[in-house]
Amino acid sequence: MAKPATKPKDDPSPAKAKSPPNLGDNSVSPHELRAHYRDMLLIRRFEERAGQLYGMGLIGGFCHLYIGQEAVVVGMQANVRDKDAVITSYRDHGHMLACGMDPKGVMAELTGRSGGYSKGKGGSMHMFSREKSFYGGHGIVGAQVPIGTGLAFAHKYNGNENVSLTYFGDGSANQGQVYEAMNMAALWKLPVVYIIENNRYGMGTSVERASATTELYRHGEAFGIPGERVDGMDVLAVRAAGEKAIEHARSGQGPYILEMQTYRYRGHSMSDPAKYRTKEEVDKFRNERDPIEHIRKRLLDAGIIDEAGLKAIDTEIRKVVNDAAEFSQHSPEPDPSELWTDILVEA
Amino acid sequence: MSIQVLMPALSPTMTEGKLAKWHVKVGDEVKSGQVICEIETDKATMEVEAVDEGTVARILIEEGTEGVAVNTPICVLAGEGESAADAAAPAPVAKAEAEAAKEEASRAEEKPKAETALAAPAVAAPAPEPEWKGGTQHMTVREALREAMAAEMRADGSVFLMGEEVAQYQGAYKVSQGLLDEFGAKRVIDTPITEHGFAGLGVGAAFGGLKPIVEFMTFNFAMQAIDQIINSAAKTHYMSGGQMTCPIVFRGPNGAASRVAAQHSQCYASWYAHVPGLRVLAPWSAADAKGLLRAAIRDPNPVIFLENEILYGQSFDVPEDPDFVLPIGKAKIERVGKDVTIVAFSIMVGKALQAAEELAKIGIDAEVINLRSLRPFDTETIVESVKKTNRLVSCEEGWHFAGIGSELSALMMEHAFDYLDAPVKRVAGLDVPLPYAANLEKMALPQSSHIVEAARAVCNR
Repeated sequence: MAKPATKPKDDPSPAKAKSPPNLGDNSVSPHELRAHYRDMLLIRRFEERAGQLYGMGLIGGFCHLYIGQEAVVVGMQANVRDKDAVITSYRDHGHMLACGMDPKGVMAELTGRSGGYSKGKGGSMHMFSREKSFYGGHGIVGAQVPIGTGLAFAHKYNGNENVSLTYFGDGSANQGQVYEAMNMAALWKLPVVYIIENNRYGMGTSVERASATTELYRHGEAFGIPGERVDGMDVLAVRAAGEKAIEHARSGQGPYILEMQTYRYRGHSMSDPAKYRTKEEVDKFRNERDPIEHIRKRLLDAGIIDEAGLKAIDTEIRKVVNDAAEFSQHSPEPDPSELWTDILVEA
Repeated sequence: MSIQVLMPALSPTMTEGKLAKWHVKVGDEVKSGQVICEIETDKATMEVEAVDEGTVARILIEEGTEGVAVNTPICVLAGEGESAADAAAPAPVAKAEAEAAKEEASRAEEKPKAETALAAPAVAAPAPEPEWKGGTQHMTVREALREAMAAEMRADGSVFLMGEEVAQYQGAYKVSQGLLDEFGAKRVIDTPITEHGFAGLGVGAAFGGLKPIVEFMTFNFAMQAIDQIINSAAKTHYMSGGQMTCPIVFRGPNGAASRVAAQHSQCYASWYAHVPGLRVLAPWSAADAKGLLRAAIRDPNPVIFLENEILYGQSFDVPEDPDFVLPIGKAKIERVGKDVTIVAFSIMVGKALQAAEELAKIGIDAEVINLRSLRPFDTETIVESVKKTNRLVSCEEGWHFAGIGSELSALMMEHAFDYLDAPVKRVAGLDVPLPYAANLEKMALPQSSHIVEAARAVCNR
């Protein structure tokens, strides 16, 4: 089982814990926990800034923010190897950052500039990084599921041990092609983990109003795909479930489904009337279930970090996000000649 | 440093809104993500969250104010180590920045107008077909397709075939006969009946570095999969700024077969030819089939390969040269003539050649062009022919409206208007769903007699 490169022994934490901190989970080191906190905070601050730039008219079209769901991708990503494929829908900025893509390149794609990952030609919903094995960023609800299954097919065909992490939302979970893909994945024992990010609403329609059965982790039962429901607001729960599911896929046992129970604080996209849920419901999640606050408390309670340490992380991330925002506004628009490039690969 | 909070836009079209409510007052400390106010438009109400931290130093727009323009400063936050009083002074720099941002946003809207005049860059014409070594071999279109796939699968281990009944059944139309035996179940894969799913899976495999050949039992069933073909396969190279490639071939019979009625008898040539990011090929002869399919499999782009069930059993001479492969984008003059140009593709090429023989009997010498490739389209070969004949008939089995013939006519208006002595005439399938009854089906499909009539009409004979 691959673990993130960072190990507890070189933990440079300034906190003065006298006895080993009690994290309630032996497989996670203090250093890793702090890294998860940082990664989640980066996504949160990045998305807040993206929302602000959208409000200023610097980002156009659709912009789907990941705020509230950070623990899902950060927890899953803790288990991946270098060449494991990651693919998701259009709520994708968090996945890119978690895959290690440069926040500058992501933000500059949001503003439609030449320094963006797609040279400004894809936008918020369509970004890719071959280097980081991030395969998009797909704008059609559910379309990434057969594609992610095909990436798993390619891994199996090539005889390597890589897996495909295929993310989709509760909204996609009613698309026919999702089940077509699951059937083939189970039939051919493809190394794919389906991660359903159940944030309770497909745009403005709640899961209860959209799915005849709301236990989405059981939606692979018809194909014999094991599934599990996970607290998607707890990065360590996600990480533990992800480890098991990825191991299952990697060892040749076929697909696995993880239903992450999560919540998005913001609207579906920026222009969301928010009439389909109450403010109290949103506040309850923000105040009581916030994934970042949860880990912050754990770090403090376990004495892994103190307020000054948290402040240092905050300052570092603020700088990363500020630099990304700065870059995204100063990177030039694509050259007019780019209009006609990348339509076909010239043989 | 003090920070100005600006009136945000809820959507790209919003220019102003109402500041409905403040959730903070002067002196309050504000954290990232904290809701500071609510704004309203006719469409929605949105909570505005603070991005920066600080203390509220000044509220610039009172709650209840209507018509607040996007990007207007609405409040000022004092940053760390700064007193609220310092920050309360207007900060012209920040305001100028906001103005600049606003200007930039409007400039972004205007700019493309000036740039749309940019013409598509000239594309280099494909190299002409070389002379092939050795003799020729007589074979069916079906055998030619199989040989093309087998040759490319032998040459490249990343090429594989998937589709319904392609392996154990040996192909619904026997096109893949024998491939399972030679290449095994890893590379010749029977799929469930799940077109949308396996088309998407094929696209993913292509993104992952493989070269799938996806067979549709017929292109009628590819309508189930057309989202993956167009939105995923054709557009991703562009949308990724050139990072992602999708080397995939979607192939199978297209158009009418025989007595299978409307749902199984449609020509999709113009549907796919419409889409940038795809290549669309439509072979007629066995040589076309072999040479073009080999080219399609080698091409690094998504290729739509439109076969024809009725042609599968027809035999033609095919060059024996092991390197035989045809260029994509090059039409072929099948019969040289001087009086009228007849342009056709797929099964209509045979009907056009028959028509040319009939026309010869009444002294009309027709030139017949086999398009072979619908995207890219070989306008040049047709224009050169029209310069000589001054008359043009377009043939296709599909419906005329927005069809390949419509595009051909428009191209001739643009490129050969001065050379035409008569309006272009289109021969196409009648504008009805294809009927089952034998007599009605025959009436609905274009026959060589229709081509003869059209050619006589443009020649005034």
